[in-house]
Amino acid sequence: MTEQKIRVLLAKPGLDGHDRGIKVIAAAFRDAGFEVIYTGLRQTPQMIVDAAVQEDVDAIGVSILSGAHMTLFPAILDELKERKAEDIILFGGGIIPDDDKAELEKLGVSKIFTPGAPTEEAIQFLKCEVEARKEQ
Amino acid sequence: MSLLERFDEGEIRALSKIVSLIENREEGYEDTLGHLYRKIGNTVRIGVTGPPGAGKSTIVNRLVHQLLKDDKRVGVVAVDPTSPFTGGALLGDRVRMNEFPIDGSFYFRSMATRGEVGGLASSTDNVAVAYDAFGFDVTLIETVGVGQVELDIIDTCDVVVVAVVPESGDAVQTMKAGLMEIADVFCVNKSDRPGSARIVADLRMSLELGNQSRDWWKVPVVATQAVKGENIDGLLEKILLYLSVARESGEFERHRRQQLEKKLWALLQDQITKEMQDKLSKMARIDQIVDNILNGNSDPFSASRELFQKWTDSVS
Amino acid sequence: MYSPEFLKKQKERRLKWEKEAEKFRAKKSLPRFFTVSGVDIDELYTPESIAQSDSDESSFDRIGFPGEYPYTRGVHHTMYRTRLWTMRQFAGMGTPKQTNERFHYILKQGGTGLSTAFDLPTLMGYDSDHPRSLGEVGKCGVAVDTLADMELIFDGINLGDVSTSMTINSPASILLAMYLAVAEKQGVPFEKLRGTLQNDILKEYIAQKEFIFPPVPSLRLITDMMLYCSKHVPQYNTISISGYHIREAGATAVQELAFTLADGFQYVESAIEAGLDVDQFAPRLSHFFNAHSDFFEEIAKYRAARRIWAKRMKNKYGAKNPKSWLMRFHTQTAGCSLTAQQPENNIVRVALQALSGVLGGTQSLHTNSMDETLALPSEKAVLIALRTQQVIAYETGVVNTVDPLAGSYFVEALTDQMEAEAEKYFDEIERRGGVLQCIEEGYFQRELSRAAYAHQRELEKKERIIVGVNEFTMEDEGIDIPVLYIDKQVEKDQSAFVKKVKAERDAEKVKATLEQLRQVARGNGNTFEALLDCSRAYCSVGEMCDVLREEWGEYTETQEAMLPT
Repeated sequence: MTEQKIRVLLAKPGLDGHDRGIKVIAAAFRDAGFEVIYTGLRQTPQMIVDAAVQEDVDAIGVSILSGAHMTLFPAILDELKERKAEDIILFGGGIIPDDDKAELEKLGVSKIFTPGAPTEEAIQFLKCEVEARKEQ
Repeated sequence: MSLLERFDEGEIRALSKIVSLIENREEGYEDTLGHLYRKIGNTVRIGVTGPPGAGKSTIVNRLVHQLLKDDKRVGVVAVDPTSPFTGGALLGDRVRMNEFPIDGSFYFRSMATRGEVGGLASSTDNVAVAYDAFGFDVTLIETVGVGQVELDIIDTCDVVVVAVVPESGDAVQTMKAGLMEIADVFCVNKSDRPGSARIVADLRMSLELGNQSRDWWKVPVVATQAVKGENIDGLLEKILLYLSVARESGEFERHRRQQLEKKLWALLQDQITKEMQDKLSKMARIDQIVDNILNGNSDPFSASRELFQKWTDSVS
Repeated sequence: MYSPEFLKKQKERRLKWEKEAEKFRAKKSLPRFFTVSGVDIDELYTPESIAQSDSDESSFDRIGFPGEYPYTRGVHHTMYRTRLWTMRQFAGMGTPKQTNERFHYILKQGGTGLSTAFDLPTLMGYDSDHPRSLGEVGKCGVAVDTLADMELIFDGINLGDVSTSMTINSPASILLAMYLAVAEKQGVPFEKLRGTLQNDILKEYIAQKEFIFPPVPSLRLITDMMLYCSKHVPQYNTISISGYHIREAGATAVQELAFTLADGFQYVESAIEAGLDVDQFAPRLSHFFNAHSDFFEEIAKYRAARRIWAKRMKNKYGAKNPKSWLMRFHTQTAGCSLTAQQPENNIVRVALQALSGVLGGTQSLHTNSMDETLALPSEKAVLIALRTQQVIAYETGVVNTVDPLAGSYFVEALTDQMEAEAEKYFDEIERRGGVLQCIEEGYFQRELSRAAYAHQRELEKKERIIVGVNEFTMEDEGIDIPVLYIDKQVEKDQSAFVKKVKAERDAEKVKATLEQLRQVARGNGNTFEALLDCSRAYCSVGEMCDVLREEWGEYTETQEAMLPT
């Protein structure tokens, strides 16, 4: 019997403490049948990737509202590379200008969600993405 | 390199993948476990359970601190319930675990119950086997103290700590039957709260009065304030004392044998059931038998006897 | 308020009206009419709506007169006819030097109020060269490490002539101490210093989560400062009890009202416990509310807030000075109501929200920039936000009379209802053992995350419409708003500067004052005085916070508080 669930790690890197958005996403993912590992505030890129590796998650989702996204996302990507865990999907949300979004997606962040995007969009995105990576 | 080779090299990611394989019961997971079983036996398993809000993850966190200080390698499995409505789960026990080293001396895994009654015990047990084979000295298993889950913990652990808080006074009354029987050590956490002394006294009294089935061990009640790390060393001391007393009296060994025996029977039962279902569904029309019962021409007891007979005949 | 005969006649007329109205009601299933906070609204409000009340006081007493107890109609007799609200735009970014330039610009334009935002490392008590500060320096505000930075920020500005508000909480004592140290160097006596410190740690645990130390020592920092300031810095508002962030974290209007006031009462109780006389500090307490989109609900919230505060301060805490009864507050429009989609629409939202703040009698107002869901606000967006306030003040005529909405059946009934709902929350908080206990067990946090999730689901099911987000949307809208970037050089410069200051200061003095701070933190002395000495010696924010972290520990949320529901 094989029972596989989508496992997602949700974290807030950096110093900002605004966790309304990530908590809403956590609840929405849970209600979509995902297993959500919530690690909360002030996670360093190293803590995030370490937890993601131990928990063997399909994806990491982070929320950054402080403007530090061009530092933090690349740091998480570097850490994933270091731990040979680049197959883990990295996505995020927050206050992120379009130009930065494009650059981050070029660097390897799978998707950046705009504030106000329906949670359903993130759910569908993950389902498709996880499925696609399993087939690879 | 194969996954198992990487596992043997001590690669964390390989351990994680194997834990997933076991948890998901993916193709070949039994063979993997078979391989792992050959090199276990060095890990003690400590279970921590209790009602929600008892501060279990904080207690586990502090125990980990203490154990790492003593140069032990520690693995943790934290089990949280799956929502019966959506199949999803919110696993939040990691929130206090991020100050620990990443040199392989500490490992933490969150697991959801996935709605399997009884199955959880075997999943956690299998994961603990992987931890053992990976070389941890201690495995801590943290589960929510609700319903069946807390009872399963005995079948998986060498020693069980039941954590309560002063506020859970009434809850303790109602859950007494279940909790009292499985506890090897009681921990009254948040002991700075009002009512703490009373619950400690109540528990001691209940334990005195209750039919202590073990003459070799008197269940201790330890008061802690896990948030401040207070008396965690006292708690660990009692846990270790239990283990050494159990070892000396032979109970440790007996308990492990009992667990294995139970596991063996459970696996066998699974196989037999599956085998039987496969065969019988080919040999008999179950829906017709049900019809007969509904029509009053048969009953479940004779029907099952007949089916069983059919099966034994086919086997011999 | 009305005679029984009048009410009887009124009821007859209403029943007759209802019969008539029936003909016009939609025949199919009626849509639900409810506020942003989910409060159901009646079809019609009448004199009966405000005549009903459980309390003995008449509705006339409840409404009263402006400038008089219970201040439902406002804290001043003549309100905006005498003086407009302060248009206080919160700003600050980059290096101290950049902020100083901006302050000089504001002062040159005739402004007297300076408002400082600090960057996250400063808010969290880390120096700019700390690894945790990476990528955050100068982003959400100005970076301050030592007194040297504070000197730069206020270079050429006489602190006796300006009013300075500082948005900082956990290390608020340290920043105020540095401000005082600058005044000292300028030769400005402390008695002349004016301004407001946010300094509201309780709402950090509940909502914004920028906390460093556990609640008990954090409250001590606050009461120590209040003790010092009531003697030496009497004109400085030592705390701004904030509902803004609670609302932003997902609260309903009633939750914002109730949780904020509960926090306020906790500060009052802590200060009384610390030995202060209520009339000695209460006049220096100020409040800070959110202006969300539900127009009347917000107005009712402000009016109820003033009334509840006045009643409790007078009756429960025995304040005798009327200045202790009146609630002065700052308002900011709701950042969480702004959309990244069709961002220009935000200008309209902000205008309406600001109008509710003005009609609710605010003392000062910050209007948000339309682009802040996309990036840090650009200069143009900031200017439009300010202009919005000026249009309200000078063009709409709402300032011509005091509290124009008083006596509206709807507004008064909603105000009464808000007060009653808030009282229910006060009872619940007390039943659970008080504010600190509720924080620890995550009661507030769960209430907020539940409300936030419910709100999100309503949006996704279209039970609630947000223009441009789930209705009236546009495919591929080209967003044409300039984005402000903070130069990466800021972080490098600031890190280099703090290293330089640390190398050049008197190391012996630093060691001695930090050791003194440690002893005071361990014992019972006044922490504020010790922090003032550290600041004078150019100890850094990070160094002072590290000493306190070592002595008091760092706060981490309980699991119950942290997890969403």
